[in-house]
Amino acid sequence: MEMDTNGAGTSSAAAGGGGVSTSTSDSSSAAKRNSKKPKYSRFTQQELPACKPILTPGLVITTFTIIGIIFIPIGLVSLSASEHVVEIVDRYDEGCVPPNYSKNKLAYIQSSLTNKSCTRTLNVPKLMKSPVFIYYQLDNFYQNHRRYVKSRSDKQLRSKAYERDTKSCDPEGFVLDGPIVPCGLIAWSLFNDTYGFSVKSKMLEVNKKNIAWDSDKEHKFGSDVYPKNFQSGGLIGGAKLNSSIPLSEQEDLIVWMRTAALPTFRKLYGRIEEDLQANEQITVVIQNNYNTYSFGGKKKLVLSTTSWIGGKNDFLGIAYITVGGLCLFLAVSFILLYVIKPRPLGDPSYLSWNRSPSGHPN
Amino acid sequence: MPLTLDISLSQTRHCNNRKENPPIAIIPTSSFPWDPGFVFGMDSKTPVENLYSIEPALSSSSRRSNFSIQSKASGGNSIREVTFTDLGSKPVRYGSHGADSETNALSQKEINDEDARLVHINDPVKTNERFEFAGNSIRTAKYSILTFVPRNLFEQFHRVAYIYFLVIAVLNQLPQLAVFGRGASILPLAIVLLVTAVKDAYEDYRRHRSDRIENNRLASVLVNYQFQQKKWKNIQVGEIIKLHANETIPCDIVLLSTSDPTGVAYVQTINLDGESNLKTRYAKQETLTKIPEEGKITGLIKCEKPNRNIYGFQANMEIDGKRLSLGPSNIILRGCELKNTAWAVGVAVYAGRETKVMLNSSGAPSKRSRLETHMNLEIIILSLFLIALCTVVSVCAAVWLRRHRDELDFLPFYRRKDFSDGEEDDYNYYGWGMEIFFTFLMSVIVFQIMIPISLYISMELVRVGQAYFMIRDTQMYDESSNSRFQCRALNINEDLGQIKYVFSDKTGTLTENKMEFQCASIWGVDYNGGKASSVDGYYVQVDGKVLRPKMKVKTDPELLQFARSGKETKEGSHVYDFFLALAACNTIVPLIIDTSDPTVKLIDYQGESPDEQALVYAAAAYGFMLIERTSGHIVIDIQGERQRFNVLGLHEFDSDRKRMSVILGFPDKSVKLFVKGADTSMFSVIERSLNVNIIRTTEAHLHSYSSSGLRTLVVGMRELSTSEFEVWHSAFETASTALMGRASLLRKVASNIENNLCVLGASGIEDKLQKGVPEAIESLRTAGIKVWVLTGDKQETAISIGYSSKLLTSKMTQFIINSNSKESCRKSLEDAIIMSKKLMTISDTANNAGGTSGAGLTPVALIIDGTSLVYILDSELEETLFQLACNCSVVLCCRVAPLQKAGIVALVKNRTSDMTLAIGDGANDVSMIQMADVGVGISGQEGRQAVMASDFAMGQFRFLVSLLLVHGHWNYQRMGYMILYNFYRNAVFVLLLFWYVLFTCFTLTTAITEWSSVLYSVIYTSVPTIVVGILDKDLSRRTLLKDPQLYGAGHRQECYNKRLFWITMIDTFWQSAVVFFIPLLAYWGSTIDGSSIGDLWTIAVVILVNLHLAMDVIRWNWITHAAIWGSIIATCICVIIIDALPSLVGYWAIFKIARTGLFWLCLLAIIVVALVPRFVVKVLYQLYTPCDVQIAREAEKFQSQRATGALEVEMNPILDPPRR
Repeated sequence: MEMDTNGAGTSSAAAGGGGVSTSTSDSSSAAKRNSKKPKYSRFTQQELPACKPILTPGLVITTFTIIGIIFIPIGLVSLSASEHVVEIVDRYDEGCVPPNYSKNKLAYIQSSLTNKSCTRTLNVPKLMKSPVFIYYQLDNFYQNHRRYVKSRSDKQLRSKAYERDTKSCDPEGFVLDGPIVPCGLIAWSLFNDTYGFSVKSKMLEVNKKNIAWDSDKEHKFGSDVYPKNFQSGGLIGGAKLNSSIPLSEQEDLIVWMRTAALPTFRKLYGRIEEDLQANEQITVVIQNNYNTYSFGGKKKLVLSTTSWIGGKNDFLGIAYITVGGLCLFLAVSFILLYVIKPRPLGDPSYLSWNRSPSGHPN
Repeated sequence: MPLTLDISLSQTRHCNNRKENPPIAIIPTSSFPWDPGFVFGMDSKTPVENLYSIEPALSSSSRRSNFSIQSKASGGNSIREVTFTDLGSKPVRYGSHGADSETNALSQKEINDEDARLVHINDPVKTNERFEFAGNSIRTAKYSILTFVPRNLFEQFHRVAYIYFLVIAVLNQLPQLAVFGRGASILPLAIVLLVTAVKDAYEDYRRHRSDRIENNRLASVLVNYQFQQKKWKNIQVGEIIKLHANETIPCDIVLLSTSDPTGVAYVQTINLDGESNLKTRYAKQETLTKIPEEGKITGLIKCEKPNRNIYGFQANMEIDGKRLSLGPSNIILRGCELKNTAWAVGVAVYAGRETKVMLNSSGAPSKRSRLETHMNLEIIILSLFLIALCTVVSVCAAVWLRRHRDELDFLPFYRRKDFSDGEEDDYNYYGWGMEIFFTFLMSVIVFQIMIPISLYISMELVRVGQAYFMIRDTQMYDESSNSRFQCRALNINEDLGQIKYVFSDKTGTLTENKMEFQCASIWGVDYNGGKASSVDGYYVQVDGKVLRPKMKVKTDPELLQFARSGKETKEGSHVYDFFLALAACNTIVPLIIDTSDPTVKLIDYQGESPDEQALVYAAAAYGFMLIERTSGHIVIDIQGERQRFNVLGLHEFDSDRKRMSVILGFPDKSVKLFVKGADTSMFSVIERSLNVNIIRTTEAHLHSYSSSGLRTLVVGMRELSTSEFEVWHSAFETASTALMGRASLLRKVASNIENNLCVLGASGIEDKLQKGVPEAIESLRTAGIKVWVLTGDKQETAISIGYSSKLLTSKMTQFIINSNSKESCRKSLEDAIIMSKKLMTISDTANNAGGTSGAGLTPVALIIDGTSLVYILDSELEETLFQLACNCSVVLCCRVAPLQKAGIVALVKNRTSDMTLAIGDGANDVSMIQMADVGVGISGQEGRQAVMASDFAMGQFRFLVSLLLVHGHWNYQRMGYMILYNFYRNAVFVLLLFWYVLFTCFTLTTAITEWSSVLYSVIYTSVPTIVVGILDKDLSRRTLLKDPQLYGAGHRQECYNKRLFWITMIDTFWQSAVVFFIPLLAYWGSTIDGSSIGDLWTIAVVILVNLHLAMDVIRWNWITHAAIWGSIIATCICVIIIDALPSLVGYWAIFKIARTGLFWLCLLAIIVVALVPRFVVKVLYQLYTPCDVQIAREAEKFQSQRATGALEVEMNPILDPPRR
């Protein structure tokens, strides 16, 4: 690079080279030919054409106004979208424990003898257009815990050839008979509560197809991988899997395996593909199997319609309206400031050495 | 009788030559003998003493410079040998006292056997039997194929940053701590190492190639009484080598004989020190007659161990039972070229890597910029912050583990119990304490980029870019010397924007150091050319060939008339003597050069002193053309008639006498002594009783010359009677053959003969101011930079140059401190302080009364000379001087020695935190250049030593304005912003990770994929900051040059300071919180999975960080656009690629989430909410407390809009030279 011939390299070239034959031609014509004058270009002289935006009051006020004008409608639209979502949330982990076990929920849930069935009645507050999504919501369940997140083997899930690839799955990798498929804590702790819905004694069809991502079904979970040795260890964590169905069709597992980002999360359980009328009573029969009692987790059943913004969440709408309002306020404040206390831009009389000549350091 | 005398004289002279090293041999090492400052530096007592006194203040990096100073000094010592034993002459001392005995001991030290190397002449086998001397093959290449990987890695890991990198990567390899995949954690380090290694390998390959060429060059070496061609790499110490004209010397050689009967060889040392003039080297008389082909030369040279002192050499030679001492004038060094000498024979004493040139080949010392020093403080703050974050995480984790300790065994997302082996056992759990410890280490790994490693690499790249632009700046290219700007140190570009003090040398820096003969006062008559002066090139015709001097000199017609009239008139005879003295009394070597026209030949006068050159050219212009010089005679063409003068004796210049003299034997057998020297030294040896009027008028002329800024020399003459000559001659002979104390004896002889002179006249030589110097100084002063001039010149000369360079103005009050004792120094300093305070209060009250009268302070100038500085530096008076100097707007130090220059720089540097810059061109400026924070070398007439020691080098003083006000300002602004931005950029990401950790049971899970974490500072955000750091400009060159006051931004540290750091950190906190919590709240309790929200965070933070930068970019050119928008696009592409790999957890996440409206709403909200506070603060700050730069920017924009087509003008400033 050019740097070498001009920069520190010179010392080593002149001295270090130890007399690399340096021609010392004094003739001026040779000097002209060897002229080191840098070639002029806009780039090397740092004079590339450039745009130099300056924050003029006009620009600032316009910016804030535009932000305000854009944000408030967005906020209103999202808020109304969120308002239109009808959502029924029912926390059932407490209520589904028989009163005689209320002091010892853990014993109830761990015992295989107790009746886990539980019937809940939900009231539909407003018309819920189909499809109505059924979610289960877990609170205080850290699916993002480091040990948990790592405890899976994507290779094993994808292909039968990697069945023994359970290195990362400890402590749920092997049993005495061989590798566990699907291995790991995530699969092991598969959620196993089930819900049955009926309205006015009529069963509601729950569609459990296509609740998982197609991409996962096609590429992450192999169609030739069948559950093996699953939940056969000393400690049962959750649901069992039908070992005759390949993993790519075990949609509950696929949903569960896409670990949630936050400690409070919902997972899609299924869809009810008919409208639910306002003030209808829905009876839900819950098989309350999943143990959240050991760590104080909450279980909720959620029925919800959806909108373009997703589920019911007013936060973004309110945030947009607030920010938009704030920006409009700022725009107005800047107009006022500009009117009350203007400063002509580029006025040399504001330069420090023009303001106070004695302060000029010399 | 006269005839016989002449013969006997020349015979004795001849014998004298045969016996002993001729005295002419002794050329002053000073390249500039008449510059008193420099000469003081050469004074053997000064530098060594001062060296010790200044030593503690010097950093280790500047040791090398000391060395070179010392080397020059000791070079002088060994030439003049036992200078220190001369107790008769009064030592002149500059600096602290009491080191005399020490220096004496140094100079007289014999070479001990342990410290010596023994070279058997012409017996390489015996010389090398212990295999202790290096062969002559050189290796500048650092690596071989085998050693490349380990050595290169070793060198690269000298950087602390890399070690941090490595430790983190190694930590991550431990299975308990593996946060990232192994590949991901090593990748960035590997990339950086690889890139550097490839660069190093390429450079080394080029070095290998040049080494090979160099090692395979041929030289003729004596083998079996015959000279044979031998490759350089096979030359051994002890071998005899024959060199021919224009050949390069293959190793360091002690001369044995040359083609010249007196044993002179001329060498050019341009490869060594850049000085293009010829230097003379001598073979010893004893070896001169030996012919290696015929008789075996045997002898033993005992010389010092190899060292890097190119001006010093100490050795003894034992030959034919005699013991001779060898000095630096007997050795020629590798890399020099033999010139004007048909052949030379010598014996190799140092070869290969032990040659002086190889020992000197080290790079510039590395300095650390002030900004970086400040930055390191903030890095420590960031480290503490990092530790704090890690502590928070581990404490929270500890609390969580403790609270859930009963549940851990079966917790679905923890499951401590492992039954897979059939027995119960703790899985991956090492106890509470260890878990916490591991959590801490893991959090260090996760949050590692809090310490912005990439910043160091970015800074280096940015500096390289800035250096590229500085080098390529057409306005810093010097046409006359064909030299570009040079960046020798790459670490301190941004310091150029904060310089507060400029210490400048005068000669060669402010002035051109092209001496031009201006006027002469001959026998009391002033010939100053007047208006009628012409520039006729004088020439003589010989055998139809025209011989003319290389340089033309302005001549005075009247004087020319007298010169041509010959000796007939009284005036004519004085003029004759005067010019004869100028032509003869010097050490100039005339060279005849062919030109393209075969009938025209040029005479080039080669000499070490530009003043002497100017005088000889002047003499030639008036018809006294020096044509030939050998050790025994000179030939001068006087008005077309060639005359030969015997040089009977020459007393070289030395710093005690400050004059030199030559004794000429005239064709008419008369013997005359010509002396020239500095006025002070000359008037003390002049016969006062004679021609009182002429002495008086000459003195008046001298005063007027020096007041108009001319450098003056006085010329005197005396005719020697036969008896007088005999006495001198015998004394001279004894002195010049003396083995001990030769130099001092010779000086004594010289002092004895140089007296009772008759004044011939005086010359005035102009040292022209460089182009643009007054304007440059004016600009620098307006910019708030204090310019101090340190010169070796006389006070009057210095003051007059001060006026002509606009350093001094008539409005200024001058304090002149010119004392001869400590007490008087103290008194004058204290008086001056009181006076200056008085002046300040007066001007203050005037200001208060008159309001903005614009008068400001009464500027005060301080002029102080070297003698006073001797008493002030290194004593308690330093503080007083500093206080006084602070009140003065100009400080002028005259007659200062090189180490005093460094002392003055240290005086300021150690007492303030302000940045200092020293600029100079000569070897006498080296110490000052290395002492200052920034050293600038002028690649000028006085060799390359200053450039070698400097951080930046350029051709002209006026480029300093461009360098500081334009490039310095830009570099500082860019670097300051870049550092802050890098802190912000990394901290925002780390905080984002940290917030998420709070929602994962403090277990260091990252939603952002590990690849994105790694690529964040490598690909996602690195390019824009580097591009902006190189290309962004806050103001145009024109504005910066028009308003030098804008430079004050650097003085006030406007671009990087504690306040800005903390504001940035608060902003960082806010922005990271916004990025994290908006999605968190928007997606709370939803089906969102970790990868999807991680992608949202990744994209949001990258866009945010790039928009943050975009908001601060001042100039948008296409490169900036490409870098910023390109980075965002590149990030999206990377995220898409990562999510398209089915083997990763986040497969397809981005495609899913990007289809939802919530994602885009979150993105928009994050960016707006995060940036609004910064935007508001920025707007308020710019509108209501605008800094100067801001106003100037607005002015630049709106004024250029007003003028039609002004934009075009701005792009191509009129100042710009036309394009080629």
